[in-house]
Amino acid sequence: MDVVVCVKQIPDPAVPGSLDPSAHTLKREGKLILDESDSYGVEMALQLVDAAGGGEVSLVSMAPNNEVSGLRTALAMGAAKAVLVSDPALQGSDSLSTAKVLAKAIGRIGSPDLILTATESTDGYTGTVPEQVAELLGLPSVTFAKHVEVAGATVKVQRQTEAGYDEVECSLPAVVSVTAGVVEPRYPSFKGIMAAKNKPVDEVTVADLGLDASSVGWAGARQEVVDVAAADARQAGEIVEDDGEGHLKIIAFLEGLKVI
Amino acid sequence: MTLAKVWVYAEGADSKPTSLTLELLTKARELGGTVEAFYAGADAAAVAPVLGSYGAAKVYATSDLSGALPGPAVAAAMAAQIASESPDLVMFGMTYEARDVMGRLSVKIDRPVLTNSIDVSLDGSSVRCTTAIFGGNTLVTTAFSGGGPALAAFRPKSFAAEEGGAGAGEVVSVALPDVGATGAARVLARHVEESTGPKLDEADIVVSGGRGLGEAGNYHLIEEIAKLLKGAPGASRAIVDAGWVPYSYQVGQTGKVVKPTVYVAAGISGATQHMVGMKGSKNIIAINKDKEAPIFSISDLGIVGDVHKVLPKLIEALQARG
Repeated sequence: MDVVVCVKQIPDPAVPGSLDPSAHTLKREGKLILDESDSYGVEMALQLVDAAGGGEVSLVSMAPNNEVSGLRTALAMGAAKAVLVSDPALQGSDSLSTAKVLAKAIGRIGSPDLILTATESTDGYTGTVPEQVAELLGLPSVTFAKHVEVAGATVKVQRQTEAGYDEVECSLPAVVSVTAGVVEPRYPSFKGIMAAKNKPVDEVTVADLGLDASSVGWAGARQEVVDVAAADARQAGEIVEDDGEGHLKIIAFLEGLKVI
Repeated sequence: MTLAKVWVYAEGADSKPTSLTLELLTKARELGGTVEAFYAGADAAAVAPVLGSYGAAKVYATSDLSGALPGPAVAAAMAAQIASESPDLVMFGMTYEARDVMGRLSVKIDRPVLTNSIDVSLDGSSVRCTTAIFGGNTLVTTAFSGGGPALAAFRPKSFAAEEGGAGAGEVVSVALPDVGATGAARVLARHVEESTGPKLDEADIVVSGGRGLGEAGNYHLIEEIAKLLKGAPGASRAIVDAGWVPYSYQVGQTGKVVKPTVYVAAGISGATQHMVGMKGSKNIIAINKDKEAPIFSISDLGIVGDVHKVLPKLIEALQARG
């Protein structure tokens, strides 16, 4: 079974983000890392290929400046190869443009049995790319999967809902978006890290994908940031060290609000 | 200046419109000359009168989905109706189903989407949506360009729901197109996780626990305090991912948005992901052993201390009050 995982390389979320003052896009010029949300999809893909007894896990990613750091992490986990789309024309791309790029990049890999994504990225979190990719490829999809099994040409999913979960079945090929926590992502081994350095990364441009530059980036987004403002800041109140009586402070606070 | 026509993607549970749907309809009345709803499911006749009382003149309704996930077929039905009705704006809620439908629809009609919005305004006929980023510190307003309809999804509780308008809620049946293999995903069974006490997103008091509790076995402290305060227990994403509690407990960007009178955060450091789901609470109490934890920057009362010591004493004190 061949699985493609869509992965995003993002600025380290531990470092406070900032916006480019003129373009109003998230600054992404530094080192990028594998979005933790995508590590679940990578792990899931590796497990499913193992269980199927053969096949390959491939990655597709879109990133500025031919950034490969995050891809190398996923290759070190065990993915076989990657397609990286990097092109200055992609700056300002919205979720629909991103999906158009990813769908074309998946096409370069061939005809995978399964395409895995996260439910949303950590930095942009629009949350529509999985469905947009599926629609562009003419594939069925199951979103918000918290458990995934493949039996023959069918994928069985426990799909998160507001009230609990649904058992969903879908024919392959299909797109499945997985929630965080669906599996425990492995740490790359030293051997894996060394092997990843020599794994193939197919670096392509928008033109290589046969996409018109006007359908992506700023031109394709058909939206414009018109204002950036500071939100009303919430003021910190009283902060006290617990001296063994901290709970009484809480009781007094709740009494003051007349909720107890 | 208003838009000629605004649509709301309406959702229901147990044949009642969700509160998020009613919030969107209320806002839609401010924006559009005509407000209409699109509803997927066979029980439209039951929900339509309420949608009407919140302003929907018409309710476009599909037939039963027969167990299919709604995305592909509902988006196809909407795209067909959009071609003839030309709404200027389609408002969605940030729910699982709506996000799926919206993603599919955006490809079908080749229009961009804006999600996670907390407000919408008009500049002439241009639709502008506002999103809170960086944990809610920064508000970014984005304008759609290049023709309608604008597709926008809103977070729960962005608007207050109020009845009004002269909607008739007239049901107009629309066909569910055959989408072939694209619609292959089928629901075989539904599982509902039972919970007692008030619902997390409706409770007046919410008590949430995070990684600082140390282990899953300590979560009962959170449940006990929630029960004593007649509130609902919640959780950070960290302990939901770790499998301590079900996803339905999660407060945050990818979980529930809560705005209770009192929010108690115990052993939660205050990741951006969590804060956007609770910073609208009227009063916030935080207990955390790290005095640098970001949660303290938005707390009305912060206790720098060990939750393993503070919580049991708090339980005793609350029990003593009867």
